Amino acid sequence: MIKPLHSLAAGALAAMLAFAPLAQAQQKSLKIGFITTLSGPQGIIGKHMRDSVELALDHLGRKVGGLPTEVVYGDDQFKPDVGVQVAEQMLKRDQVDIMSGIIWSNVMMATVPVVTGAGKIMVGTNAGASPLAGAQCNELYFSTSWNNDQSPEAMGKHLQDTGVQELYVLAPNYQAGKDMVSGLKRFYKGKIVEELYTKMGQLDYQAEITALRAKNPKAVFIFYPGGMGIQFIRQYVQAGLRDQIPLYSVFTVDETTIPALKDAAVGQFEARFWSADIKVPASQKYVADFRKKFGYTPSFYGAQSYDGIMLIDSAVRAVKGNVKDTKGMVAAMRKANYKSIRGDYKFNNNHHPIQDFYLLKAVKDSKAPEGVAMHIEKKVFEDHKDAYHQDCKMKW
Amino acid sequence: MTFTLIFEQLLNGVQLGVMLFLLAAGLTLVLGIMNMVNLAHGSLYMIGAYFAITVSQWSGSYLLGVLAGLVGTLLVGMAVEVVALRTLYQRDHLDQVLVTFGLILFFNELVAILFGRSALFASLPSYLQGHIELFGGIRYPVYRAVVIAVGLLTAVLLWYVVTRTRLGMLIRAGASNRTMVAALGINIRLLYTIVFGFGAALAGLAGLMAGQIYTVQPGMGELILIQVFVVIVIGGIGSIRGALVGALIVGIVDTMGRAFLKPLLETLISPAAANTAGPALASMLVYLLMALVLALRPAGLFAARG
Repeated sequence: MIKPLHSLAAGALAAMLAFAPLAQAQQKSLKIGFITTLSGPQGIIGKHMRDSVELALDHLGRKVGGLPTEVVYGDDQFKPDVGVQVAEQMLKRDQVDIMSGIIWSNVMMATVPVVTGAGKIMVGTNAGASPLAGAQCNELYFSTSWNNDQSPEAMGKHLQDTGVQELYVLAPNYQAGKDMVSGLKRFYKGKIVEELYTKMGQLDYQAEITALRAKNPKAVFIFYPGGMGIQFIRQYVQAGLRDQIPLYSVFTVDETTIPALKDAAVGQFEARFWSADIKVPASQKYVADFRKKFGYTPSFYGAQSYDGIMLIDSAVRAVKGNVKDTKGMVAAMRKANYKSIRGDYKFNNNHHPIQDFYLLKAVKDSKAPEGVAMHIEKKVFEDHKDAYHQDCKMKW
Repeated sequence: MTFTLIFEQLLNGVQLGVMLFLLAAGLTLVLGIMNMVNLAHGSLYMIGAYFAITVSQWSGSYLLGVLAGLVGTLLVGMAVEVVALRTLYQRDHLDQVLVTFGLILFFNELVAILFGRSALFASLPSYLQGHIELFGGIRYPVYRAVVIAVGLLTAVLLWYVVTRTRLGMLIRAGASNRTMVAALGINIRLLYTIVFGFGAALAGLAGLMAGQIYTVQPGMGELILIQVFVVIVIGGIGSIRGALVGALIVGIVDTMGRAFLKPLLETLISPAAANTAGPALASMLVYLLMALVLALRPAGLFAARG
């Protein structure tokens, strides 16, 4: 009784194997899983990213690499465990061909092993966790953003070059806060008069600002992403310190926080690899069409996500739509053969871009829907590599 | 220099304390009188902030916004009491926690749908901007000074209402023996609605003042609510006086810890160690204080009952 069943199963298996290559060659559509944060106060970043992905799809005629494309969006709720769940769901239930997105380093660290473990490629479009650039780099992991340390490194270099003798440093008390400060110190060799770590999510900085004013430093460096930065800068301006002590920051003033900061942002210095006013044709097209479609200025979060879709597009084209050819996809991505919003760049051995970094300043700009915009002041780094790529064993 | 710095930080501490007091006063009354754990108190704080910012932006008048914040939260508070909470007084605390937690989710989503998820910011009227010069060259923001004044004034007013009026007598009686008050023919349901409404209005007052200092965003109430519960535990449940003292202690300890703990530690241990220990200890300080109070006086500093 068992035998016929066996042979039936064997026959079915043989048929499956026989038809499998055929099914592969006939890939007619592409599914991309895009994870970001869509709920909660941080949902604003997710909105920038999702709108940018949609614009990228528009620009590609809804066909990434020539294949009709569906993007499945997932909300990680700013939690690593939820990020992993969403990724598993996308891989198993939705059967996505490739994954992208992710804002937070801790979510990325948790999610990358799940995606690469399933043999799929992950194109990170924001999080810049150092382990993934170093010892834990992965063939199937690419980044269209940066390593966390690089922006503060650029700011440190600028402060060093312009001869700022002493600096007062403030950051939230968590890993990224400390990473930013160590990135800053890698290039800034002046005196740090105070290095203060405040509670994560703190909203009132009056006590810190009072202490800061008592020290009267030559300059202040902060890393306060999201709501924390909005609060700090508003209170800094309210305390009348804007014109007295120059304020430098990373990941604090950008197009997600400018609508809330408004004029309080004016005069703020930031360091970044991209700005909405960068003179790169691909970026100019992206920014103009984005403003036209959504009515606000895109941020670097969005630009990186737009770039991620374009990178995937270049790879799918290179393998002629045969997305199952992971090796071919990886080889194609390594060439970064597409019109990036930052201009032409090369990937380092760890799949992180080697790119320029700029000093940005928030100025009044009547052309921007927000009335205030980030403008590039000068180039700080040319073809800047991250500090961790030597720890990455990958060679190609 | 050091003395003026300490004084200025003390003012910052009092300002935080006053804000916590306004929230704690309403919460402690509800908890003390109705034996009701209201996690959604933070939502009323948020609603006050949104009412004020919306009306003042729409009308261009800051004071009109303040009025809208107060009246709006009073009405919302009373409506919530009548619709959702009235049936819960006889239930145990777990049911109350579940329902009021549900209210938090409801109000946060409602606000997100109506106003969006991103933070809103109000600009201050010109007469509240700028600084006042105190002795020793201290420049203190006018607005924060006003917050301190309003908070302390509200405390005096509350003290008067609770100790010198008939309503206050009923509130105190309700806090010490509910059944007896009801047996004496007092409409306890109405009293509850009124108390809840005024508690809500106090939260709204804190919210509309906080809107100028903190961010107005969905979920803003939950960020401060934990500290408010600490205040109540330290002050003693149901006691206005306890809420005031507890709030000032928490405000000052928190601010002073943030400002001076690290420099203090640096004189004792290495700067690198102080850098790690300072912020960690500063954010724990309030909770350590609470643990200490609980160990020495389990009912709080000024327990209303027993």
